[in-house]
Amino acid sequence: MLPNSKPRLVVVGNGMAGIRTLEELLTIAPDMYDITVFGAEPHPNYNRILLSPVLAGEQTFNDIVLNPVSWYEAAGITLHLGKHIDRIDRVHRKVIAADGTEAPYDRLLLATGSMPFILPIPGKDLNGVISYRDIADTEAMIEAAKVKRHAVVIGGGLLGLEAANGLKLRGMEVTVVHLGDWLLERQLDPTAGKLLQQSLEERGLSFMLGKSTAEIVGNEAGECTAVRFKDGETVAADLVVMAVGIRPNTSLAEASGLYCNRGVVVSDALQTYDPRIYAVGECVSHRGIAYGLVAPLFEQAKVCANHLARFGIGRYKGSVLSTKLKVTGIDLFSAGDFMGGDATEEIVLSDPAGGVYKKLVIKDDQLVGACLYGDTADGAWYFKLLKEGRKLGELRDHIMFGESSVGDVGVQGQSRAMAMQDSDEVCGCNGVCKGTIVKAIKEKGLFTVDDVKKHTKAASSCGSCTGLVEQILMNTVGGSFQESPKTKAMCGCTDHTHAEVRQAIREHKLLTHAAVYEFLEWRTPNGCATCRPAVNYYLISTWPHEAVDDPQSRFVNERVHANIQKDGTFSVIPQMKGGVTNASELRRIADVADKYHIPMVKVTGGQRIDLLGVKKEDLVSVWADLGMNSGHAYGKSIRTVKTCVGSEFCRFGTQNSTQMGIDLETMLANMWSPHKVKLAVSGCPRNCAEAGIKDVGVIAVDSGWELYVGGNGGIKTEVAQFLVKVKTAEEVKEFSGAFLQLYREEAYYLDRTVHYIDRVGLEHIKRRVVDDADSRRALYERLLYSLEGLPDPWAARIKGAQAREFIPLKVLA
Amino acid sequence: MNMKANEPWVYLCTVEDIPRLGSRVVERSGGNIAVFRTGDDRVFALLDRCPHKAGPLSQGIVHGETVTCPLHSWNIDLSSGEAKAPDTGCARRFPVKVEGGEVFLGLS
Repeated sequence: MLPNSKPRLVVVGNGMAGIRTLEELLTIAPDMYDITVFGAEPHPNYNRILLSPVLAGEQTFNDIVLNPVSWYEAAGITLHLGKHIDRIDRVHRKVIAADGTEAPYDRLLLATGSMPFILPIPGKDLNGVISYRDIADTEAMIEAAKVKRHAVVIGGGLLGLEAANGLKLRGMEVTVVHLGDWLLERQLDPTAGKLLQQSLEERGLSFMLGKSTAEIVGNEAGECTAVRFKDGETVAADLVVMAVGIRPNTSLAEASGLYCNRGVVVSDALQTYDPRIYAVGECVSHRGIAYGLVAPLFEQAKVCANHLARFGIGRYKGSVLSTKLKVTGIDLFSAGDFMGGDATEEIVLSDPAGGVYKKLVIKDDQLVGACLYGDTADGAWYFKLLKEGRKLGELRDHIMFGESSVGDVGVQGQSRAMAMQDSDEVCGCNGVCKGTIVKAIKEKGLFTVDDVKKHTKAASSCGSCTGLVEQILMNTVGGSFQESPKTKAMCGCTDHTHAEVRQAIREHKLLTHAAVYEFLEWRTPNGCATCRPAVNYYLISTWPHEAVDDPQSRFVNERVHANIQKDGTFSVIPQMKGGVTNASELRRIADVADKYHIPMVKVTGGQRIDLLGVKKEDLVSVWADLGMNSGHAYGKSIRTVKTCVGSEFCRFGTQNSTQMGIDLETMLANMWSPHKVKLAVSGCPRNCAEAGIKDVGVIAVDSGWELYVGGNGGIKTEVAQFLVKVKTAEEVKEFSGAFLQLYREEAYYLDRTVHYIDRVGLEHIKRRVVDDADSRRALYERLLYSLEGLPDPWAARIKGAQAREFIPLKVLA
Repeated sequence: MNMKANEPWVYLCTVEDIPRLGSRVVERSGGNIAVFRTGDDRVFALLDRCPHKAGPLSQGIVHGETVTCPLHSWNIDLSSGEAKAPDTGCARRFPVKVEGGEVFLGLS
């Protein structure tokens, strides 16, 4: 395309939302538009969140510039600074600035931000009355502080308190006037608000709460001298800062006839009622909400850029917010319904002398709100619990004491990121230290956990440090960065969640990958390495014997039925039910080890024998020579049933645990599942088979069998929970089979049983598997039906299935 | 595809011999070659060695014009051999052409 034939994109508003949208756009479609930016302020894009440190004298303006003028030049963007756009001529598609500058557009992006709300009271226009919104206001306050003494800040919200703190640090006497009964009433409950007030009073600020301002009094010179309240009281003031709130700046949009309703109204694609005009940021009203925090704006920017680039995918569905603030060095955090109400319960920890207050609001055994004062280290964890809507169950006893009381590191683990040294390792899998992560976040401007994963590899393997990485991100990105939740889409190919994908497969009887991608409008032609295996599992588990199992959508291990090693060779573990073998099998294994020069033969943790270092092209002959079934030691599938010797030999044994294990392993042969599934059967409560850390653990007692579920000996050791006690071996099969089928039907791909139970609650499992006999039998029958007639994968390949997978091509000279 | 005179094209297999969204391995001294087939039946060839830790790319999942290495999930572009950002590295490319459903590999 010729340079002069590019479509023109004009951006009105040179702030964080508009420029972020351009950055996103330039990443995905670098040469698509001729871009022109108009900014009313005479500055390039700066970080408005950091005005407070500038006011307080901790940073200079240059420190907070996000995109210097050179950035615009390098990106080929025409930049008009200090030019206020007065009018949009939508008919001729051009914008006109106050000084007469015109710019025609093919696409227009409005990012005009917000205006400070000015109280409509007498004296609002006097000299010495200012708002706090941009760098000009900040500089005016810095100048005023040099010559004036009495400052009154109207508004006890975040901006007001930061202004008050900055002016105090610059030597003024400061009084904060607030209409509400406590400070930061949108972020804090009354108790935390009072604590904050106390602490700020100790630093020399004065407060007048529950006060409604009537007028600002001035002298003959037109300068303000005092503030008078409706109750008649007055307070001296030669500087008045109005910080009562912001409202979307819609004057340009309204004047141009664009539909506005407390903001420029946009669709989920950030498009206004004029299809050529998009809008992002604080000027926008999306689904009736105008956001004033940075995280939602950045989410909007991402979606808007995608539509500007004509990819036409991605929807902004609104943001759930948590607020993490630092007001004058005091950490505050709140999220969700932190005020509580009639149907809620509260857990409160209050230590006023120690400067710590925490309130958790719980409804129906779920965390629905949190308000933290002083110690916010667990904010990210509470927010996560809140977003997930996870049933608390036993966690309730410990939740107030934070993540560390439930285990320092673990599947959902995070320890205290703040206390860590830069050299401390965060990600044990990839050897990533805290310092590396902080550096990447700062230098590359990362804002999401996914970005951090991509750039540093932290949390990209086993994922156990994800919570810790989230915390480091929260702590690094800035004092008032607001983390909003990740959209829980399956992967970048779709906006749909695991639950939605599975539901669609079930309700619309989708039987192939192609059908799923078409029906759910996948963005990629054939998915990616993340979604394809998940979709494959949902297909075959929902429609056994009907859906197409696509080998190309399986990870190599499940495709070739062996476990790939770091050098590209494979490990072969034959089935050895219950860990029982015999001389003939052992002889064949020994012969195979000799014949194929197997470099290592090792006994596994699951009571089997592992042949390591087998070449791919030898796999089929190795299996044929072994004459044994696949042990499935490579799949998201049944693995092994570990057993002790039980009553046949052991003097303590109460039941025949070995036979029970063999029966279970026989029943579950070839079972695919969301993640690997391990079982164990112990013949007595001494539990030599370690049934307490298995997905299904069976422990024999004199009067029958106890069943435990959700154990896990992996990344974080999880002790299995008691499910039920049964009498007969047949019941063991029926109850454990029903539990596993429920897990297969409801867990998300790559959730172990413990994660699944965490999400749905053990009560749910008990209702479906223990209390309701019809439900249990139906589950059990569905399990047996799915497993019916499944061939042993090794035997099938010995007979010739998937043959070309194992045969290398030769070049004919 | 342009054919250079000095590139001896050798017959490899038919397109159908390679599974769609899959690959085949060509054994070769000096390193195996992985031959991939995309969802829309285009064929690419790369040295079967991930630039990260030498994982066999032929064993990865093919999606779009990308293969994901089975060892540590690096994404390698099939046409250029380049690792996708933020990873950096490159797997050697081999010229390949398809004529009448037959795949030829350029080994110079």
